[in-house]
Amino acid sequence: MPETFWGRIVMLIEEYSTSFLRGAGVTMIIALVGTFIGCIIGFAVGIVQTIPVSKKDNIVKRVVLKVVRFILTAYVEVFRGTPMMAQAMFIYFGSAAVFNINMSMWFAAFFIVSINTGAYMAETVRGGILSIDPGQTEGAKAIGMNHVQTMLYVIMPQALRNIMPQIGNNLIINIKDTCVLSIIGTVELFYTTKGVAGAKYLYFESFAIAMVMYFILTFTCSRILRFWESRLDGPDNYDLATTDTLAHTSGMYNYSTEKKEEE
Amino acid sequence: MDEKILEIRHLSKAFGKNVVLRDIDFSVKQGDVTCIIGASGSGKSTLLRCINFLEEPTAGDIIYHGKNMMEERMNEAAYRAKVGMVFQSFNLFNNMTVLQNCMVGQEKVLKKDKETARKNAMYFLDKVGMAPYINAKPRQLSGGQKQRVAIARALAMEPEVLLFDEPTSALDPQMVGEVLAVMRKLADEGLTMMIVTHEMAFARDVSNHVVYMAGGVIVEEGEPKQIFGNPQSAQTKEFLSRFVNS
Repeated sequence: MPETFWGRIVMLIEEYSTSFLRGAGVTMIIALVGTFIGCIIGFAVGIVQTIPVSKKDNIVKRVVLKVVRFILTAYVEVFRGTPMMAQAMFIYFGSAAVFNINMSMWFAAFFIVSINTGAYMAETVRGGILSIDPGQTEGAKAIGMNHVQTMLYVIMPQALRNIMPQIGNNLIINIKDTCVLSIIGTVELFYTTKGVAGAKYLYFESFAIAMVMYFILTFTCSRILRFWESRLDGPDNYDLATTDTLAHTSGMYNYSTEKKEEE
Repeated sequence: MDEKILEIRHLSKAFGKNVVLRDIDFSVKQGDVTCIIGASGSGKSTLLRCINFLEEPTAGDIIYHGKNMMEERMNEAAYRAKVGMVFQSFNLFNNMTVLQNCMVGQEKVLKKDKETARKNAMYFLDKVGMAPYINAKPRQLSGGQKQRVAIARALAMEPEVLLFDEPTSALDPQMVGEVLAVMRKLADEGLTMMIVTHEMAFARDVSNHVVYMAGGVIVEEGEPKQIFGNPQSAQTKEFLSRFVNS
């Protein structure tokens, strides 16, 4: 056993680098897939929650919508309101005990992270949609778009841009929170680290490595998302699609008429 | 060309107990330029929004080419595509460039192919003098430019009637000039328009029908010469007295 802290770190890395990297890989896969599916769930729920209902709609549509909304609201409240660790135990062992379903570890991991993210994203998406100026909806309706088209082409692209920081937040939270899945035996970074620490009795050194790895993962993701955000904004400048110098004045149309009047 | 495109019969609108429109009757013929004038809060904008079903009328009929749109609500989107609207606050799609703004309705609602939609959009953008700005986003444009793009967007749908809801109220005098010049050109070309406006000189010179509203009812309507030159009701006289003939 090396004498110094750094020496022991180097030794752990040399001996267990593949385990650490595999653990980090599993963490990233679960976080990315979970966030992605969670976003899709969130978008679906958020869109349903913001469908406008008016008195002129027929009764069947209104009742169905009301029931669906109640279920979705219950879903959001339950999964936001209970710890993910408890949910993991409940779903993983519960599904085996009650329904006799043997979930694979992967499926359980994706499932738990996705529905959790979905519950949070649903509210985020709802907020994102509400934040868009109602004038945008009116503009879309005024050229004959229906609700789905309005959402798809006008509202969602703008809402998505507005909630990008929150999606980033969720991804980072998920990278860190996958460690609670170690409780159902998912071999991600935290579980791996615990194993390494236990094998060598080097808790401080092992978790120092894990901390650095977690930080690298989250920091890289946050930078990539920032870059993506600025890409979504598009360039600040635009080129005039003309060689006509008259066009550079703001009132091109006016300019020509005024000139005539002067003559 | 005497066919009535739009006929409004006994239209009324109430927000809760607050009645903002009472028993409105009038019609629009092909090529009519109707200006609706009146004080703020008189229900002008609400009337326009009811015609486009952006507000749900409480009672009455809106008859479009002989079909009562209050009953045929399934065709609401198709009807809106035929009755365009230009807003006070422009309402351009912020996530699209100028060109995309003018194309999206044609492609998604009218199901035109991309090339046709682009050519058509360019034609109308050129008409309002905004063709050079096709690559700009709405946030990069001035108010007057935005409104001209909004007009091009509405025109690109080739509507039968175009509704203008105070199109110049958010603009400074120079920009008002830009936008009114475009609208004047459209009127000369025979586009059927309904314009809610506070630009009295424009209403007098460009329209062929003026409607004066107050307190949710039509007080007086007729040819601009008559309304501006010889108003019959005391309310109209009082309102127009503030408008100095220029």
